[in-house]
Amino acid sequence: MANLASVSAEVPKKYLWSGGVSPLKASYGKLMMWFFLLSDAFTFSGLLITYGLLRFAHPAYEGKAADFVSSHDYWPIPERVFDAVPFLHGVSLPLVFVAAMTFILILSSVTMVLAVEAGERMDRKNVIKWLLWTIVGGSTFLACQAWEWAHFIHGTDQGILLSDGSRFFGANLVINEYGPPLFASLFFFITGFHGFHVLSGVFLLFIAFYQATTGVYERRGHYEMVEKIGLYWHFVDLVWVFVFTFFYLI
Amino acid sequence: MALEEKSNVIAQPADNAKIKKLWTIAGYLFVLTVIEFIFAYVLPRGVLLYTIFVTLTLVKAFYIVGEFMHLKYEVKVLIWSIVIPSIFVVWLVIALIYEGGAIFNVR
Repeated sequence: MANLASVSAEVPKKYLWSGGVSPLKASYGKLMMWFFLLSDAFTFSGLLITYGLLRFAHPAYEGKAADFVSSHDYWPIPERVFDAVPFLHGVSLPLVFVAAMTFILILSSVTMVLAVEAGERMDRKNVIKWLLWTIVGGSTFLACQAWEWAHFIHGTDQGILLSDGSRFFGANLVINEYGPPLFASLFFFITGFHGFHVLSGVFLLFIAFYQATTGVYERRGHYEMVEKIGLYWHFVDLVWVFVFTFFYLI
Repeated sequence: MALEEKSNVIAQPADNAKIKKLWTIAGYLFVLTVIEFIFAYVLPRGVLLYTIFVTLTLVKAFYIVGEFMHLKYEVKVLIWSIVIPSIFVVWLVIALIYEGGAIFNVR
């Protein structure tokens, strides 16, 4: 249905140079979305590789993960830093909350692909339903990240003992209780840049939801906009898969 | 509701096999993340664990890009024009991790 790729196969050869045929059998909008996402992938690679460089430029923690104590002298083990879960104060559950966030984003990716699938069938009801679920998933993820940031900034009960005998709790761009200052800066930059992408995605999804509901796409004759926003949304999920591995696991 | 009644577009029936496949892929992604999570607990930190993590991440990336983003079913030129530039990223990873070690030694 209204798939530009299927149209191009039927166009006679003599019209090939007079427009109407999409290069690479993908519509202009989808193609440009792909190349935008490629450039965005470079940006995220830049951030994650910076993390790798700075981590290797700092001393690593030597010893067992269980005995880990945070210090400004070496890079922290992420699983010992991100071990808090909402409503379970003081309980150490390494990576549980981040894994839950990953599941939420994967689920929202599935609902997004189901919305795209429904759009290909001109099934407005299901497009609306699945877009709404995707918005719910994206918003839940953002809420989780807001909690994660708040916890990171306010810190743990014990904090870190400074050389002047006082204790520092939480994190800012100058000092943090988890490790070298750059650790917190990279946390804010990488998860912040990704979170901003999710936020933009939720806005785009809301626009698509509104336009699908009011029948804009039906009048247009195709749901390609849902497909394009879908590409963006899956990309955001993809980036999180990499952030999960390189920031939280390794 | 009033808007829906005006609609005269008839939706085509859903292809259940296709929808089932999408949920299966979601299941794979779920299981792979669970495996990563369990390995983070049981295996000691080291090169072996990191290799497993990176491999599983690339498998997940393949499923997301190939199936969810549908790249597997696009024409070859489009696939390569997305995949080949990613080689630059691989180069940057190797170059800057090496550079990071050099900075550490100088300090």
